[in-house]
Amino acid sequence: MIWKIAKQIAKNGIRTEPAPDIGEAVANEIGRLQAEVLAILGQSLAIRLVDAGSCNGCELEINALGNPYYNIEGLGIKFVASPRHADMLLVTGPVSRNMVTALKRTYEAIPEPKLVVAVGDCGCDGGIFGESYASCGRVSNVIPVDWVVPGCPPPPLEILRGILSAVRRRIV
Amino acid sequence: MKISGFDVELQRLMAPVPIWHARVSVDEWRAGAAAAREGGGRLLAMWGGAGLADAPQPVACAAYVVLEGLLWLELPLDDEQPTYPDLLPFFPAAARMQRACADLSGILTKGSKDLRPWLNHGAWPLDYFPLRDGVAAPGAFADAALVNYPFVRVEGDGVHEIAVGPVHAGIIEPGHFRFSVVGEKVLRLEQRLGYTHKGIEQRMTQLDPLLASRLAGRVSGDSTVAYAWAYCMALESASACAVPARALWMRALMLERERIANHLGDLGALGNDAAFAFGLAQFSRLREDWLRLSEEMLGHRLMMDCVVPGGVTQDIQGAHIDPLTRQCDAVAREVQTLHAIYEEHAGLQDRFMTTGCVTPALAAQLGLTGLAGRASAQALDLRCDHAAAPYDLLQVKMATHRNGDVAARVSVRFDEVLESLRLIKLILAGLPVGPLRQELVLPAQPSRGVGWVEGWRGEIFVALELSDASSEQRIRRCHLHDPSWQNWPVLEHAIIGNIVPDFPLINKSFNLSYSGHDL
Repeated sequence: MIWKIAKQIAKNGIRTEPAPDIGEAVANEIGRLQAEVLAILGQSLAIRLVDAGSCNGCELEINALGNPYYNIEGLGIKFVASPRHADMLLVTGPVSRNMVTALKRTYEAIPEPKLVVAVGDCGCDGGIFGESYASCGRVSNVIPVDWVVPGCPPPPLEILRGILSAVRRRIV
Repeated sequence: MKISGFDVELQRLMAPVPIWHARVSVDEWRAGAAAAREGGGRLLAMWGGAGLADAPQPVACAAYVVLEGLLWLELPLDDEQPTYPDLLPFFPAAARMQRACADLSGILTKGSKDLRPWLNHGAWPLDYFPLRDGVAAPGAFADAALVNYPFVRVEGDGVHEIAVGPVHAGIIEPGHFRFSVVGEKVLRLEQRLGYTHKGIEQRMTQLDPLLASRLAGRVSGDSTVAYAWAYCMALESASACAVPARALWMRALMLERERIANHLGDLGALGNDAAFAFGLAQFSRLREDWLRLSEEMLGHRLMMDCVVPGGVTQDIQGAHIDPLTRQCDAVAREVQTLHAIYEEHAGLQDRFMTTGCVTPALAAQLGLTGLAGRASAQALDLRCDHAAAPYDLLQVKMATHRNGDVAARVSVRFDEVLESLRLIKLILAGLPVGPLRQELVLPAQPSRGVGWVEGWRGEIFVALELSDASSEQRIRRCHLHDPSWQNWPVLEHAIIGNIVPDFPLINKSFNLSYSGHDL
């Protein structure tokens, strides 16, 4: 059994790709950023995700960040279970009215600097769902937002770029 | 046309699958439910709302799957007191659908015992019914405190409650689970859903029918092709639009690619939930390869907005057939290797087997459907039962299992991945030449249409009613139904007697949609 597993691992090798370019960054930008993340936030970047009413498309792509290609944990970024352990809140979806209280409470539970990134077209501007009796539209209608990542859903690289950009903007 | 045991004249709708419609009386409504139950049929969906322009009073609608096909019954209700006979005695799956009807349309069952709101959590007034005609949507509601929800209490020595959610400890959708446990053992689970309710059915009526496929494709992001196809099928059936053959084959290609993408993701996550991280690494790699080729060949990783009314937007060039076929062969080889590893891994099988069991009898009683149903011996697959083009030429082999545990749901996924890979190769080899899209002309008269598609999770159903050309809002009513409606309540049974730490594994093995359910 263990040989079969080892063989499968060895056959596929390491698939991790380099982290994305963020704007006019030079080759060592990521290294510098990681050093900054480390210096300012402590050990690494801890993120708490709140789906505030999305269709689940954005969650699929955020989940993909954990696969061997993007290997987000290798960059020192980790998704955590409790908002009290998180530096950043990632929010997807138009904020449904039924999720307003949960989102606000999660936001309040996050320690400073309370970074917030809204992921996806719905989080940016309400998307196709807009504002209605059941939907508050964009995330910034409910809590302050530092950075938005448009796309429906944005591909994993864009989400990663957004996370890194938000850290640089607020921290650096 | 009449069906056995039900003496009502039915009108066949123009759709690629056999679907009949009838307006019924209160007695016929009951008789229809009884005939469906006695004939071994199922309740597919239940919804309500305002009637068409020529019949403005509120209606209750039910869709049954019977041997002959799909039966859509429409019961006109009294304006003042819109009530209808309870379907619960015939089909337990009706419970939450009827509660949702009460919340959204203000129509009630006669003598219903459970009057707790389901989708309305108190964020909008209890007397505002978003799907009732003539009720204008107010600009905004004041922020309201959420209502305390009376969960059913389990009493006894040492019983305590564990409350989980709506924000869960992972990258997943929101919902609330209330466990009543003794020690580690779960005595009862009660779900509270509706957190992602964003008013899709009302929003649908505000959109241009030709553009509303975008919204349909965002009911549940993991089933975007299935939903877009089901909506388009409904619109095409209401508009008598004949879709070109090549477009249908392209839709099937994308639907099978969607099925494989989701199964690959689930198989990895299921390994991970049983502490087998190797499985997650391998399957998430395969899924990423799969999504990247979708983007390269079809323009979008999840294939959103590729299915449109009248056809599809994407084509496969001759040069693309080879890489797509080769990827199928490569993935088939890898999945077989991983299947052998999963099967032989004692620790993994120990977690999978006998966990979260739903017996075939319970599954039949509660109406378990789709993939989870097939893992509990419910041999239902639209691609086989009522195969519409191109499935009528593909001879889909249904994957079923009798054990109904996590292991069975894993096994069905493995079988379906390999079968879908075979189908994709057949589709690529047999893709007919011709146009990709037929211009769709909306009918001048009020009309109705139905879409019914076997998505990866189960059957997606769309019931669409259009009003006549003179009205501003062409979509009068559009009900979109996710198989999760049937399967969420069964999950409450699957967990009984299991330990709390097995819940994530059992939940993942069903992988039900929150957004598709909450709408």
